[in-house]
Amino acid sequence: MSSPDTGRSFFRSRHMEFTVVGVFLVLLTLVFPVLNAHGLLSDYTITLWGKYLCYALLAISVDLLWGYTGLLSLGQALFFSLGGYMFGMYLMLQIGMLGSYAKAGQNPAGLPDFMVFLGHTFLPPFWRPFHSFGFAVMMVFVLPGLLALIFGFLAFRSRIKGVYFSILTQALTYGAALMFFRNDFTMGGNNGFTDFKFILGHSLVDKDVGPATMRGLFMVTALVLLLVALICYWLNGTKFGLVRQAIRDGENRVLFSGYATANYKLFVFVLAAMIAGVGGALFVPQAGIINPDQMTPAKSIEAVVWVAVGGRGTLIGPIIGAISINALRSWATQAYPDSWLIILGMIFLLVVLFLPGGIVSLPAKIMAWRSRRQPPVAPLAATKPAPDRP
Amino acid sequence: MAWKIILRPLLCTVSLALAVLAGGRAMAAQETARATIVRAILTTDDGQKRAIIGSLAGQGDEAIREIFTAWRQDGLFVYTAPDGAKVPVELTGDKDAQGARAAVRVDNGEPLKDAAGRALRLDASQLAAVEHDGRLRLAMKTVVDLLDLGSPLLTKRLRAIQTIGFAQKTDSLPVLQARSQVETDDGAKSELREAIALIQLADPDDGVKIKALATLNELHNSSSYDLIKALRDKAEAAGKTAVTKAADAALAAIDHHRSVVKFFGTLFRGLSAGSILLVVALGLAITFGLMGVINMAHGEMITVGAYATYITQNVFGEGMNFTLPFVKIAIHLPGLHLTGWAYQLYFVAAIPIGFLSAALVGIALERCVIRFLYRRPLESLLATFGVSLILQQMFKLTFGSNNVNVDSPVYLSSNWTVFDITFDWNRVFVIGFAAVIVFGVWLALTKTPLGLLIRCVMQNRMMASCMGVRTERVNMLTFGLGSGLAGLAGVFVTQLGTVGPSMGQEYIVDSFMTVVVGGVGSIFGTVVSALGIGLADQSLQQILLNPVLGKILVLVAIILFLQWRPTGLFAARSRSLD
Repeated sequence: MSSPDTGRSFFRSRHMEFTVVGVFLVLLTLVFPVLNAHGLLSDYTITLWGKYLCYALLAISVDLLWGYTGLLSLGQALFFSLGGYMFGMYLMLQIGMLGSYAKAGQNPAGLPDFMVFLGHTFLPPFWRPFHSFGFAVMMVFVLPGLLALIFGFLAFRSRIKGVYFSILTQALTYGAALMFFRNDFTMGGNNGFTDFKFILGHSLVDKDVGPATMRGLFMVTALVLLLVALICYWLNGTKFGLVRQAIRDGENRVLFSGYATANYKLFVFVLAAMIAGVGGALFVPQAGIINPDQMTPAKSIEAVVWVAVGGRGTLIGPIIGAISINALRSWATQAYPDSWLIILGMIFLLVVLFLPGGIVSLPAKIMAWRSRRQPPVAPLAATKPAPDRP
Repeated sequence: MAWKIILRPLLCTVSLALAVLAGGRAMAAQETARATIVRAILTTDDGQKRAIIGSLAGQGDEAIREIFTAWRQDGLFVYTAPDGAKVPVELTGDKDAQGARAAVRVDNGEPLKDAAGRALRLDASQLAAVEHDGRLRLAMKTVVDLLDLGSPLLTKRLRAIQTIGFAQKTDSLPVLQARSQVETDDGAKSELREAIALIQLADPDDGVKIKALATLNELHNSSSYDLIKALRDKAEAAGKTAVTKAADAALAAIDHHRSVVKFFGTLFRGLSAGSILLVVALGLAITFGLMGVINMAHGEMITVGAYATYITQNVFGEGMNFTLPFVKIAIHLPGLHLTGWAYQLYFVAAIPIGFLSAALVGIALERCVIRFLYRRPLESLLATFGVSLILQQMFKLTFGSNNVNVDSPVYLSSNWTVFDITFDWNRVFVIGFAAVIVFGVWLALTKTPLGLLIRCVMQNRMMASCMGVRTERVNMLTFGLGSGLAGLAGVFVTQLGTVGPSMGQEYIVDSFMTVVVGGVGSIFGTVVSALGIGLADQSLQQILLNPVLGKILVLVAIILFLQWRPTGLFAARSRSLD
């Protein structure tokens, strides 16, 4: 199931890899906001990179499952959006009396605009706790985690794996998207949530304060990404990480060695769902919108491709993949709007066919190719004599 | 034998002549509606006038409506001919310089002529107008209202009977009863019984009411439900237990009939929804179930079939132009300019064209992409998803992002109604066609040499290769067959859904679920699960009255079902582990 290229990276050791990721993220956290504050980097770029980093979180969650555990989940976009929706509910309630209906005096209760439009006169009970920031943040973890726990428990208990797992998670995502598209689900229907104004009392749209808020969100995103990378790095070094990779490479052998593989997989699945949920929660205030389009199976598959392009089974691969593909998208949808989907499709095809290890395996590939072209000069001659032992 | 050839047309002519004669005699025996009206006009006594007009009730001659309208609008006059005969005429057209207008005889609808045969133009002020009063107008209105009752067109007659029945006017009762004596059509007869019973519901006598309710109970037509309900409520308020009881019985009968109709209607719709799912999933059962390739571009194979139908339709009609994207090659397909039945046959031609075009695209996909990924099923998912994106965008650039219009051929656009259950022909056709395709696939897989090769390669590719089977070619043909079946599905969904660049996406999740539930590798399992999912979907829609919720419940049910049988309904047994 796993290809021999899985997990091959530029770096000799995973410590080295983590150091590079850590330095890169710390630099990003410090340099971008400073440049932006001095007007050397546009506000647009900060928001754009903030979104890339959220996508990187989504990609890491895919990689945890697919790259390290061998589970191709097509439900990560669902967990991402669920996290986004949970935080979006808080942001919607922060709009309060600044919505367009309230301004027109038609919304005395301060409901979100879409509810007024649908004729609601009071807030549905399950919305009420979302006035609290703490509760919303908690739900960002709890809801995706809980859904993953239930679904994963059912799926892994009956040993659904491989392509069946993919198809089932795809169906789960599809069903959830259908539900969120409905207006009477009171989650904004087609249009989702948008037009946010405040986060924790800081304005998101104000001309003076807005950029500072966005800088703050960017820094938080980069730090969360750093934290998640740290968790993954630590996890890879534990016995748990090894068992997980063994499940990827030969689940039955692990099972017969006496490990309850279902529990391992369930833990990873729930963890990945939470990471995706956090990514979604950070995405919403920076993108300014969340709607069910983010929830489709196609989005999940796209996230898988980011990982494939970057390099699955590595720490740095998903980050590289998410940033590079999304940067390419930002450019191509402007420059070649008609061909963007074709470019994306070609990337899918070419990476799967010719570069299964992703970008990070490129140096190793080139080296292998060069060494094949140049026959070794002195084969087997360079063996050093063993140093004398005292 | 020659005499027979001559004799047959001769016999036909004779019998035709006899028929015409018989018809003519019948006409002569019965006074025409126009003659009756003339008689009414010339009668001086008002009561007799109304009686004559009333006798027209139940006749279907359209002339009655026209003449009565003219009468009520003061357009009828009595012309006294030079010989003293009184001829009622209708003045029509515009006035000329002398203030005269064209005159049409009421008795035969011909222009009025003088002795020399010239058409006469008359001045209204020189003639005696045919008068009318309120009671006469009422009598005329009653006749006009009942006019459609005698219409030679069955649909018009049925509508008239229903309208009269629901109006519940006791004075139309005799006409209906008279009509039911002469009515020959069975459907109209039962409608008449119902209408009479409905009118009798308004009868003050309880005995009549109960009898009418018994009739309605027997007919159990749902359209009479509201009137019976209203009567029941009134009777209950008045404390008439016998009437209430009879009404309750009638309502129960209607309810029962309704639920039976609903049940069979749902069954039929579920069966047809399942058949669509089956045709769509059957191709996938081959590429995914037998070959183990996750072809996310399967939906686009459906789209290929649908666009092939669209192109075929245009070639049979006016022809079409389109430009291939990127290479900018303009393609002009000349039209055959067919009309009528020849044009309607485009759908029949589209069936093989849809199959072949999708099969060719599938074979190209297999050769270029999938053959490198047989050992990596998860990656075949990613690669084919890329192909799906590319194809969708290609369709969008070639045919536009809007849905295109595919006509329904006449032989698929009607329906049958049996026992109040509507059977749309396109749905009946899809069910029949699904059966044919399943049978065909079964034949192809079990009774042909290619089927044997397919099965052996799918069971053990390596072993087959060792035995000298050209596995590469078998892979290619199998994938082509699976894709071609998707193309066939595409031809059919043009009749049931929209045709657009992203249409394939609607079917992809459902068809994967169908194959997984049925048991991967089992065609029979796919059949059972497709019909099962289709039925469950439609019944839940009926029960919940909410299509999306029904769909979500079906998805949840499938996930739970796989808890019970993780390998699907009919899994292929194997001792291998991974």
